[in-house]
Amino acid sequence: MIRVEGLGKTFAGGFEALCDIDLEIRRGEIFALLGPNGAGKTTLISVICGLVNPSRGRVLVDGYDNVRQFREARARIGLVPQELTNDAFIKVWDSVRFSRGLFGKPPDPAHIEKVLRSLSLWEKRNNRMITLSGGMKRRVLIAKALAHEPEILFLDEPTAGVDVALRRDMWEVVRQLRNSGVTIILTTHYIEEAEEMADRIGVIRSGELVLVEDKQALMQKLGRKELTIHLRDPLHAVPQRLSGHGLTLTEEGHALVYTYDAEAGEDDGTGIAELLADLEGPASPSRTCTLARAPWRRSSSAW
Amino acid sequence: MNLESVKTLYLAEMARSLRTVLQSIVSPVLSTSLYFVVFGAAIGSRISEVDGVSYGAFIVPGLIMLMLLTQSVSNASFGIFFPRFSGTIYEVLSAPISYWEVVVGYVGAAASKSLILGVIALITARLFVPYSIEHPLMMVLFLLLTAVTFSLLGFIIGIWAEGFERLQLVPLLVITPLTFLGGTFYSIDMLPPFWQAVTLANPVVYLVSGFRWSFYGISDVSPLVSLAMILLFLGAAIALVAWIFRTGYRLKS
Ligand SMILES: Nc1ncnc2c1ncn2[C@@H]1O[C@H](COP(=O)(O)OP(=O)(O)OP(=O)(O)O)[C@@H](O)[C@H]1O
Ligand SMILES: [Mg+2]
Repeated sequence: MIRVEGLGKTFAGGFEALCDIDLEIRRGEIFALLGPNGAGKTTLISVICGLVNPSRGRVLVDGYDNVRQFREARARIGLVPQELTNDAFIKVWDSVRFSRGLFGKPPDPAHIEKVLRSLSLWEKRNNRMITLSGGMKRRVLIAKALAHEPEILFLDEPTAGVDVALRRDMWEVVRQLRNSGVTIILTTHYIEEAEEMADRIGVIRSGELVLVEDKQALMQKLGRKELTIHLRDPLHAVPQRLSGHGLTLTEEGHALVYTYDAEAGEDDGTGIAELLADLEGPASPSRTCTLARAPWRRSSSAW
Repeated sequence: MNLESVKTLYLAEMARSLRTVLQSIVSPVLSTSLYFVVFGAAIGSRISEVDGVSYGAFIVPGLIMLMLLTQSVSNASFGIFFPRFSGTIYEVLSAPISYWEVVVGYVGAAASKSLILGVIALITARLFVPYSIEHPLMMVLFLLLTAVTFSLLGFIIGIWAEGFERLQLVPLLVITPLTFLGGTFYSIDMLPPFWQAVTLANPVVYLVSGFRWSFYGISDVSPLVSLAMILLFLGAAIALVAWIFRTGYRLKS
């Protein structure tokens, strides 16, 4: 559905936010982009949606180049940004109707009603944005993104600032959308959320996609209580940063094996989340694409 | 051309102005009236006629131009600056519309609004002085071209501005002085020869002169020169907007 090829982004100041991203999003899946602050999740989404110009590489949306055939590409995409941005004085209904028209679709009050109801916003349709709570505003942004019936929905941290009950509701909405055939890409900081929601998970760190994995396969491997991380460049010893995880180095330094204790799981259970967090590590500021690539491979066979 | 999108942008912009419809109408009525009281009545009682036209009637075209310029610039600059400032611009940038469709929506709405205000000011002026319009078609053409050109200029300012101060800067430091020195309240042959030459470097002189010609058939410079100058400004503004879009300047990183 979306194919990202060799995508790179260097911002005006010379900062390299994305390095050679290759990614294929399948039609109808929920794909979670997992990564710490500043990893490049929003930048990647922004390039795909046409908000940021790519420096290298290209993006195909349903086969259409998102720069040269931007009309076809963008018409298929709905975007819910990370920041809560809106015109404070506009009414919910007008705002959602505007979004539909902006995407060139003829008015369809029935569709907008359906979207607003599905997000529990129908009662608020005549409210001005300024009178809504943060969680409601986020849902309005989702409604706006769905107003033009997109085939692909990007949700940039949809559950940030959303309480637990609403988070469940939101996951439910996302699942329903997927069931109706919409491809969904969401970003999150939490592996638990990615596990809960996604069909596939991609981990992004310092602008590089370090791993793309089927969640089912990931869980199965987790069931074997042993996780092997194949490395692109061999290591002589387990890095200091990862020393607390009981990793062993095998295959002459080409693989790290993580053995975890499923029974001992207190808070997180598997410890996978902590391990991933440490693998991601702090971004090194002077990194360049070619010199300090993450040592592990990003293909799904890497696990 | 994606008509539905352009229409949506245009109507949304017009609706935004409608939310403040009262002040939108009150301000041109009030300012035109004030100008007439101060300049028309006070000064007009000393200066009886300019080029065979009563002073009150003489300043009407200039006043309308003044209003048109300032309103076009401020409407258009605010119209595009506001979504940039609030972040809602993401939606426009991610929509399947070309930059030129964005321009037609925003600039079209700004120009429409200032045209409406210009007409209101014209009607208000009628309450103070009787005036005639000799070349109504040319008058409408001058109005249209000026509104579009200066709305484009406002659009550029709204993209360039990085804060509210800058948004005010150009209108305050450039547009207002140029309009006041643009022959609204005097005919340039009332000035000494040296200042006449200097004045001819002021683009607003051509607008006011051409517009006044469409009312009374009198002008400081030939109406064809005026028309050519407006078209030149329009072309320059379009070229600048084209450059902004080609480079993504301030809209996309
Ligand atoms: N316009 C810009 N100019 C320069 N650098 C930028 C720009 N936008 C983002 N960056 C940088 O690019 C990096 C990636 O930012 P991005 O917003 O994509 O991160 P993220 O993964 O979405 O983080 P978060 O989880 O905090 O939302 C950051 O280091 C950020 O400072
Ligand atoms: Mg982000």
